[in-house]
Amino acid sequence: MTQNGAYAIQLKNVDVFYGPKLAVSDVSLNIQTRRITAFIGPSGCGKSTVLRSINRMNDLIPGARVQGDVTFQGQNLYAPEVDPVEVRRRIGMVFQKPNPFPKSIYDNVAYGPRLLGVRSKAVLDEIVEKSLKGAYLWDEVRSDLKKSGLALSGGQQQRLCIARTIAVEPEVILMDEPCSALDPIATQAVEDLMKILVKQYTIVIVTHNMQQAQRVSDFTAFFSIRKQEETPGKENRWGVLGEFAETTELFSSPNSEETERYIRGEFG
Amino acid sequence: MQTQLEAGREISRVQSAVAARRAQATLYKRPRPGEDAIRVYLLLCGILSIFTTLGIIFVLGEESLRFFTSGVTNAVEFLTSIKWQPQAGEFGILPLLESTLMTSFMAMLVAIPLGLGSAIYLAEYAPSRVRSTMKPILEVLAGIPTVVYGYFALTFMTPALRGIFGQDAVQIYNTAAAGIVMGIMILPTISSMAEDALSSVPRSLREASYGLGATRFETIVKVVLPAALSGILAAFIIGISRAVGETMIVALAAGAGSNWSFPPNFFVAAETMTGHIARISGGDLSYDSVDYNSLFAIGLMLFFITLGLNLLSQWVSKRFREVYQ
Amino acid sequence: MSASVSQANLLPTGAEFQKGLARRNFRGSVWGRFYSLSLLVAILALIALVLNIVNSAFGYAITAYEVEPTALVAGGDVGGLDAEQLVVILQDYQERRLPVYIRDNLSVVDPSIFTQVPLSESLAGRTFPAELAAMTVTELTRDQQAAVLAASLSVDTLRSLVEVEVIGEQVIHPYALSESLFERSRIDAELLEALEDEPNARLEFRSWLNFEFLTAAGSSDPAAAGVRTALLGTLWVIFITVLFAFPVGVGAAIYLEEYAVPNRLNKLIETNIRNLAGVPSIIYGLLGLAVLVRSLEFITQGRTILSAGLTLGLLILPVIIINSQEAIRAVPSSIREASFGVGATKWQTIWNQVLPAAMPGILTGTILAMSRAVGETAPLIVIGASTFIVTDPTSPFAKFTALPIQIYQWTARPQSEFRAIAAAAIIVLLVLLLLFNATAIILRQRYRKSLQG
Ligand SMILES: Nc1ncnc2c1ncn2[C@@H]1O[C@H](COP(=O)(O)OP(=O)(O)OP(=O)(O)O)[C@@H](O)[C@H]1O
Ligand SMILES: [Mg+2]
Repeated sequence: MTQNGAYAIQLKNVDVFYGPKLAVSDVSLNIQTRRITAFIGPSGCGKSTVLRSINRMNDLIPGARVQGDVTFQGQNLYAPEVDPVEVRRRIGMVFQKPNPFPKSIYDNVAYGPRLLGVRSKAVLDEIVEKSLKGAYLWDEVRSDLKKSGLALSGGQQQRLCIARTIAVEPEVILMDEPCSALDPIATQAVEDLMKILVKQYTIVIVTHNMQQAQRVSDFTAFFSIRKQEETPGKENRWGVLGEFAETTELFSSPNSEETERYIRGEFG
Repeated sequence: MQTQLEAGREISRVQSAVAARRAQATLYKRPRPGEDAIRVYLLLCGILSIFTTLGIIFVLGEESLRFFTSGVTNAVEFLTSIKWQPQAGEFGILPLLESTLMTSFMAMLVAIPLGLGSAIYLAEYAPSRVRSTMKPILEVLAGIPTVVYGYFALTFMTPALRGIFGQDAVQIYNTAAAGIVMGIMILPTISSMAEDALSSVPRSLREASYGLGATRFETIVKVVLPAALSGILAAFIIGISRAVGETMIVALAAGAGSNWSFPPNFFVAAETMTGHIARISGGDLSYDSVDYNSLFAIGLMLFFITLGLNLLSQWVSKRFREVYQ
Repeated sequence: MSASVSQANLLPTGAEFQKGLARRNFRGSVWGRFYSLSLLVAILALIALVLNIVNSAFGYAITAYEVEPTALVAGGDVGGLDAEQLVVILQDYQERRLPVYIRDNLSVVDPSIFTQVPLSESLAGRTFPAELAAMTVTELTRDQQAAVLAASLSVDTLRSLVEVEVIGEQVIHPYALSESLFERSRIDAELLEALEDEPNARLEFRSWLNFEFLTAAGSSDPAAAGVRTALLGTLWVIFITVLFAFPVGVGAAIYLEEYAVPNRLNKLIETNIRNLAGVPSIIYGLLGLAVLVRSLEFITQGRTILSAGLTLGLLILPVIIINSQEAIRAVPSSIREASFGVGATKWQTIWNQVLPAAMPGILTGTILAMSRAVGETAPLIVIGASTFIVTDPTSPFAKFTALPIQIYQWTARPQSEFRAIAAAAIIVLLVLLLLFNATAIILRQRYRKSLQG
């Protein structure tokens, strides 16, 4: 394995609960550094849940609980001495719906660096410019950085959110269906951007779009739903990791029938 | 494309200082004393409200206890005597309570039909343009200080009543004028709470009724009102609670000096519980006198009544919520 | 089959149905009329209330001066005179009462011994010509008495002495605006009657709400009384109220919305706040009286602005908390997630994202709560603010009076000239509230614009 292919994140026997309810069970998965890993699977199978457990975003949901090991560069993220704020600084996140702060474009991008204590205007200017360039947005907004982030189009907003994320120089970027609220052209722009970003960042993306997974990702994890009738009429459902392989392999010769049916679009 | 790519690469160079710091950084928790201090401050802010309640209960309780153990009177006499004459050592709360109930009754006589009527109009009949102009007007009515209502009762309502019923029948200070104006004051509260209750009745219920050939009026009376009933009742109860606790209108318009009248006469002067507290504490009151203590005993009574009504109202409206969930 | 046939027979059809429908519609329209009428009554009540106030605040009044102001100063405006000139007027017209003015305004000893002790004792701590210290007040010449007054009393006090004691404007009979407009002949007849007792009597159209009313201090003479002291008192009290209730209320709201997990304590806090919002204001007055005025007297100095401000602060705290909670709850959680996602701490997220987004709502709610506090009268009466005060408050530890208290005291007087100035003071209060609410509306609109980028 090359240095690029080292594991950035390892999940081992991860269970996630919402209150008493089991949401995903027994997920074990290695995410390689500077590669794009895609999570696919039917709705409700727990893709977002697993993704959010990687940067401890689930801490913010009352009652949410993670069991098992999630390690980042060999360090257990759920060890008691680990600070979730520090985790999120190094494992950034881009959300399904673009969620710029109700502030100017500049302030959106500068927000994270300012939290880190960067005060110098010159340094901030530089970071903002590089981040916006990195997010492929600079040419569109350079003349009007004072404009509200909410005044941008949906695709521009999403790229602004990506710029905001890379402005704090994370090592991993998690993206939860980053294109599902975007039109095809904006989607294309974000996909191109991912291919550039992956040269520096480890990227994990949740998507419902098979073509997108095939176009951009190096590895694909397919999640599926297990059901169990607890009492008649009352069903327990939870997500499991169905299959995990290199993307080309998973799409050309899926291991299980379920994966095959899903990628052929027979359910979802 | 190419420049973009270069730009992307350049990021790491420019931010190398930050990145270098990052590389050394661990994920370990750092102490954040600022965050902890803020959290404690915020918790204290929340807890202050509990101390307020405890303070009220303690203050009212302690002074009432002194009042009842002063030897001048006792709890039984306080609750059963129909004479309140502090200078004669008579402390029976019934006449004050009676006047409070009379003004509140009068207020509800005005506020319930008018408040509910205007709520139904606003929720069911009014075109949205009318609604958006009328609601602010009701809010203005709700925002007027009660001392202004007191002025209105004394200088407008009382002369009006005396004009209608005769100067001899209606005294200058009377519970009717105070009660009616109090009703006007409470009307917006009842109206807006009742309107909320009516508007939260699901549209599907209304449509079901119309679909069976009911008129609008029949739909309102037979379907919407019953469905919103607990919310409306809660509004009425809050209205009563406001009336019982209202001070300035009665202090200005209902008169000074307790008056036990049976059967109740709405046209004579009579002091309510709140009116009495305001008048006595507004004068020269020496601390630790029985008079001083007696105010807190009245206050305790007032607190229990209003608290009871507020809890009742919450209970009633909670039952209502369960219907649609 | 047979069931449906028999059912059809049970229901009215044709003409019978039409008749029934007409009756049902009629009943509906009658009730519909009643509903709209009840709203109309509410609006009429508001109109009556406003007209009633305007009616009393403006109108003719039969007044009489003891001494015409024009006889004292050209143009008749004593407002421009300085202390020396005012004292000269007092000396000219009320020479014999100068010792009385000294006693009422300056003496620090019991009135019964005032004339017997030297000034050094009776006026201890006041400024007056030092060479007079050994004399009693009766040993002074008139000029010396005047000098004492000029040295110690403010221009305001001297002016009001001149107005009350020399000019002595008396309101013989004020008329409401409606009377002034429609019963002019009766007023003229009454003026003639008044002229028989009081040759100086004259009829003037008077706006009881005027510049002097706004700038004059309180007075027991309705013609000279103003609301300056009360207005300043109200502003001071509200300042203290907001200073206390805003940070605490917003803090509690942040705690409940952002930090509190649903455990027993937090549920208790939550329900407790709802119930506190329903406690009658007069009970807060009793709390303030027992705790702030008495038990904490060593801090609050008793019946002061500080006690009043804190009492009203406790009173509006639940309102601020509930409004702020709503505003904070309305901030979309995506904003919080975005902030956490770039590694912000909880407080950084709240301070940089949640609070700015919620602030317009919080401010609107706070201003509404402030409006409530401005009009609150009962708690202030109970903590003992209902005394006669004519000196402007200068610190949180000053005794004070407030606008609603002033309105209450004037309304409670039976004389109609006091009703007139009560009406004028009500207008001042309502305008103040209007200003607050206009601010709230402007804030809300600003915010909408700024969000739309
Ligand atoms: N905050 C929450 N509280 C309780 N249950 C939750 C919460 N969020 C998700 N769940 C449950 O956890 C399970 C997995 O949800 P998750 O959002 O991870 O699915 P997903 O694969 O991302 O679905 P989608 O493709 O629709 O986004 C679902 O059954 C969902 O109902
Ligand atoms: Mg999801």
